[in-house]
Amino acid sequence: MKAKTSRLAIIPALVLALLILPIGAATLSLLGTAFDWKFGWWAHSLEPFETSLGAFQTVLNVPGFWTSVGLSFWIGLFTALISLTIVMLFIATFLSSRGFFWVWVLMKPVLAVPHAAAAFGLLFLIAPSGFLIRLVSPELSGFLRPPDWLIVNDPAGLSLALGLILKEIPFLFFVTMAALPQTDFRRPRIAANMGYGQIWSWFISVFPGVYLQIRLPVFAVIAFATSTIDVALILGPVTPPTLSVRILQWMNDPDLSMRTTAAAGAIIQVGVTLLAVLTWWAAEYVVMHLGRMMALRGWRFKRDKILRLLSVGLLGASVLIVSVGTALLALWSVAGVWRFPEALPQVWTLKSWSDQATNLWETGWRATIIGLGAATLSLALVLASLENEYRNNKRATRLAWWTIYIPLLVPQIALVGGLSVLFIRFSIDGTLWAVILVHMIFTYPYIYLTLSDPWNAFDTRYLAVARSLGKSVNRAFWSIRLPILLRPVLAAFALGFAVSIAQYLPTLLIGAGRQPTLTTEAIALASGGNRRVIGTYALVQTLLPLIVFALANLVPKLLWSNRRGLQVRSVE
Amino acid sequence: MPPFAKIFSILAAFALSVSPLAAADPDPNDWNSVLAEAKGQEVFWHAWGGAQNINAYIAWVGQEVQSRYGVKLTQVKISETANVVARVLAEFEAGRTENGAVDLVWVNGENFATLKRQGLLLSSPWSTFLPNYALTDFENKPVLTSDFTTPVDGLESPWGTAQLTFYYDSAIVPTAPDSLAALEEWIQKNPGRFTYAAPPNFIGTTFLKQVLLGLTSDHSVFKTAPDATVFEATTAPLWAWLDRVHPHLWRSGRIFAADTTQLKTLLSDSEIDIAMTFNPGEASSAINEGLIPQTVRSFVMDYGSIGNAHFVAIPFNANAKAGAMVVANFLLSPQAQLRKSDETIWGDPTVLAYDKLSPQDQAAFDALKSGPATLSAAELGATLNEPDAMWSEALDAEWLRRYGG
Repeated sequence: MKAKTSRLAIIPALVLALLILPIGAATLSLLGTAFDWKFGWWAHSLEPFETSLGAFQTVLNVPGFWTSVGLSFWIGLFTALISLTIVMLFIATFLSSRGFFWVWVLMKPVLAVPHAAAAFGLLFLIAPSGFLIRLVSPELSGFLRPPDWLIVNDPAGLSLALGLILKEIPFLFFVTMAALPQTDFRRPRIAANMGYGQIWSWFISVFPGVYLQIRLPVFAVIAFATSTIDVALILGPVTPPTLSVRILQWMNDPDLSMRTTAAAGAIIQVGVTLLAVLTWWAAEYVVMHLGRMMALRGWRFKRDKILRLLSVGLLGASVLIVSVGTALLALWSVAGVWRFPEALPQVWTLKSWSDQATNLWETGWRATIIGLGAATLSLALVLASLENEYRNNKRATRLAWWTIYIPLLVPQIALVGGLSVLFIRFSIDGTLWAVILVHMIFTYPYIYLTLSDPWNAFDTRYLAVARSLGKSVNRAFWSIRLPILLRPVLAAFALGFAVSIAQYLPTLLIGAGRQPTLTTEAIALASGGNRRVIGTYALVQTLLPLIVFALANLVPKLLWSNRRGLQVRSVE
Repeated sequence: MPPFAKIFSILAAFALSVSPLAAADPDPNDWNSVLAEAKGQEVFWHAWGGAQNINAYIAWVGQEVQSRYGVKLTQVKISETANVVARVLAEFEAGRTENGAVDLVWVNGENFATLKRQGLLLSSPWSTFLPNYALTDFENKPVLTSDFTTPVDGLESPWGTAQLTFYYDSAIVPTAPDSLAALEEWIQKNPGRFTYAAPPNFIGTTFLKQVLLGLTSDHSVFKTAPDATVFEATTAPLWAWLDRVHPHLWRSGRIFAADTTQLKTLLSDSEIDIAMTFNPGEASSAINEGLIPQTVRSFVMDYGSIGNAHFVAIPFNANAKAGAMVVANFLLSPQAQLRKSDETIWGDPTVLAYDKLSPQDQAAFDALKSGPATLSAAELGATLNEPDAMWSEALDAEWLRRYGG
């Protein structure tokens, strides 16, 4: 017994090593490149680049640099604000209704759609030559040729923000749902009985507690939105693009001295993300004080019907847009000739599928192995961490807590770029295991994020009963806690799998081209802009996580079909 | 430098100096031993993967070299060649002198210049000693020996040629605007129907150079890197021309296309009426695929158009150097070049000299059918030489300063 505990106790150290080693290596190599330090294994043995602060001066002098910075900053905050607002309004409106469960069922597949696939779907939908305008052309609009409207790639980044919001809504919905079981639902009802509006009741009685639990995910949303690359490449502004896209362009510049510029840019990117999070933090206080003031004054906000309708409309629209976008991907994958203004393909063909069959199979299979590997190992580590916390009655320290989330908060381009130098140095790049290991840096935090709350909300008296009946602590874990928590455990596993499938930069840089997956292949093929190929790959990229999500849903249902207490209730 | 850093650097230098020397590179003059060494090797060829027809062609090359020479060829599909350059550099910095991830890379222009300047390629010339190199038209095509003004010096092997070509829908545009004055007038009369790719994308930069060459009477300034005065004086007419047409471009010149493929997609969606490409066979291929109307035709500017070539190169630490040479040599074979020139396959112009080919091969090239949108060699007209590479960099920077913010 004692031995078991001590064996589990090395888990936190293992996890921290998994996370801190790469983060440290990445930081050193990034700083080393940006400041051009001439020592250690990341030294440049080539012609001298710029020295010390030169790279930062170059970055600051790039035309339109501050516009790029401003774009990244505002898109991060705007995305988080809008998606959080929509999710919160919706949950406040509908939590108690029966339809809520079905919304959740509809929302889950959207969660599985990779960001890039959702972005392409949106592009095919709203571009001037896209599906919406084709639908009304030429009969209603009179357009024989697409109108010269600046919809996607708009300089303010609105279409980019929209693309991000579509994907962040289901994510925030997901984490909020995980946090909800710990809240007392009687509170908003009591408030409503006291004459408060339905939404306002929820905001003053439940929201503060829920928000504390989903705060880190919200920060992760801000970080992701300020530094996203794939979505920004598809929907974002062009002249100038967001900061992250600029960094990518500098990294891709044939002039190698631009790499120091890119490293300096990546450090500034970290700063921009940090600034956006801090701004949000400051805004939290303002909102808190305003809310408190309004609550103290006894404002009721009784007439919130419009707001309630709006919340339904916006959330419904977001699910609809992603669904139609995915359908458009499917349509393009079987389209032959499909010219404007035809709403449907003029010629249908399976050529794209048959051309890609072998390739899809090979890269899809590898992506699945990597995804299953990374998700399984991460899940095992997360379970061990959580069980260790419980057995030793020790919650994760603040520092450990933040370390776990660094990979979600630091722009990937900064983290992975530095990491690849380390992998090359020790010649462990290009192997399947290296790729799985790097994916774990990103799957672990997401799995921990989604599992820790349901895990800690578990009624541990069940375990105490088991122990009092003479069962070992391990037996209690395997036959009581795990079965009861199977549903959230598998849901977290599915999310980890989806996260792994979507990884582009880590797979590309650590895989050294030897481990092509669905996503690296999709991006390489998409660089040619062939919509039929994009449709084909994006669809398979969506299907894989979807299957795993569906299985995660189905397995507990089948396994525990004879255990009524373990069936789904209206709120998981 | 802090003391510990000094110790580190000494240790690092020591580690590099004692690292084992790479085995001797294969010698293409002794071709039989290259073939023997290549047998059984696996060649990782990093090549842009954005075009289905090119990927399919490379897959065919893989089958051929496997059955003929026992070389296994794997295409690593990439989206940006500069990533490969960065990859090789990272391996160089990490001291990996053998077993590099890249065996062969599809490259030209600035990426080749960087690889060569930094010493990241095979150290001694090899491409000119490949058996099939003798068939290439290196005497008459300066683009085969000078890659964007960087001397090739046998460090990369030619694969295909390219020439800036415009294409348009003749059903909508009756006469091709094939001079700068005509193009300007057409753009102003047809607002929103023309655009180019945003520099530093290569097709965008090429368009700037093409316009600049058309507005400059004395081309001798382009042979050397410009100083600030020369650059300002020479490019003033270019910026004036762009300032005049930009308000009438697609999306009013507020955004630009990303690359040649997006230009093709825009034409396919009828968002624009004139597009441009580096592959003179592209419009015909696209017609074959049903992407653009049958009525699309090509044209070049009446004062000539910018041309260049693309190559394959072998990094200094490639794992399968002999195998890579065998692949490069096969790419130069009449059979491989013939297939590449076929517009139903790819339509990329050959680097071989017609009069050096056997009568059978000549007949096979003669039998190639080109589509309605492909210009004949005579119609393609004069090839303009690329300006010195520093001009491109300066043009990109100035364009970004003026229109990129």
